[in-house]
Amino acid sequence: MEAWKEPLRGQMRSDIPPLSPGDQVDVHYKVVEGDKERIQVFTGVVIKTRGADLGRTVTVRKVASGGVGVERIFPLHSPFIADVKVKRSGRVRRAKLYYLRERKGKSARLKEKASVN
Amino acid sequence: MTGLLGIKKGMSALFSDGRYTPVTVLEVGPCPVVQVKTIERDGYAALQLGFGDKKPKHANKAELGRAKNANIAPQRFLKEFDGFAEEHKAGDILKAEQVFAVGDKVDVIALSKGRGFAGVIKRHNFSRPNQSHGTHEIFRGTGSIGQHSYPARTWPGQKMPGRLGGKQITTKNLKVLQIDAEKGLMLIKGAVPGAPGGLVTVRKSLTQG
Repeated sequence: MEAWKEPLRGQMRSDIPPLSPGDQVDVHYKVVEGDKERIQVFTGVVIKTRGADLGRTVTVRKVASGGVGVERIFPLHSPFIADVKVKRSGRVRRAKLYYLRERKGKSARLKEKASVN
Repeated sequence: MTGLLGIKKGMSALFSDGRYTPVTVLEVGPCPVVQVKTIERDGYAALQLGFGDKKPKHANKAELGRAKNANIAPQRFLKEFDGFAEEHKAGDILKAEQVFAVGDKVDVIALSKGRGFAGVIKRHNFSRPNQSHGTHEIFRGTGSIGQHSYPARTWPGQKMPGRLGGKQITTKNLKVLQIDAEKGLMLIKGAVPGAPGGLVTVRKSLTQG
């Protein structure tokens, strides 16, 4: 990072785990309703990551009731992200998992990544 | 106008009130007071501020003399400002955090990027001619520049190709989002004219209440 971007580093969050495509995640994000704030959880698979530093985002895909696919893009360093939990990491062979959009049910599953140790 | 000199470092973005907001990073100051203009001597009151040291061998005698009087190095850039809250004397150093505060509105004045001899599409936001339906040999042309036997001439002010950019532009009422006193950096919401590394004048917005 260039020296003049240093002031931006203060906003970078260290509490967000590293995410990679294929991860099954729970994203806890803050929803503002009027003057109230509550936390909602979005559970799905990371199909895409992009950007660096403060601008890093992940696209999380889930299949909602009725078999409707829902994708949300989360800016990872946003103050509206309360927490991100990685539940499991799928073994994938590409960086963008767009092919999951065409798959349903069994064929949309990902095998768990073999543990490193 | 009250302000300081600085250079544009580049653009980035940060979260402001939860929104990912574009920012321009400026290195503003420190600006030494080179000369104090007084009503008695000069007929008007102002501070001549400098920015960026230069080597004595690159300065002429007049510059060296003023630098010596203020007990500072000769300055690369000079500009006069007024309306500062406190009294200053030659040799005082003004920093960004003394002049500006977070939340202030500022105007940024700089030379825009030079684009050379540009066509009407880039220069005046004309539309591009149709690429099909029988169009031939016209790709980014100007189109018609007038009527017929009346007026039999082209009206003054007709938009045509020519030099674009490289002139002074003022962007007004930009919000100061952050000031890093230690590094002398100011983070300003939005874009600012010129290329990174260029000289900018940052002044307190003239219209803010």
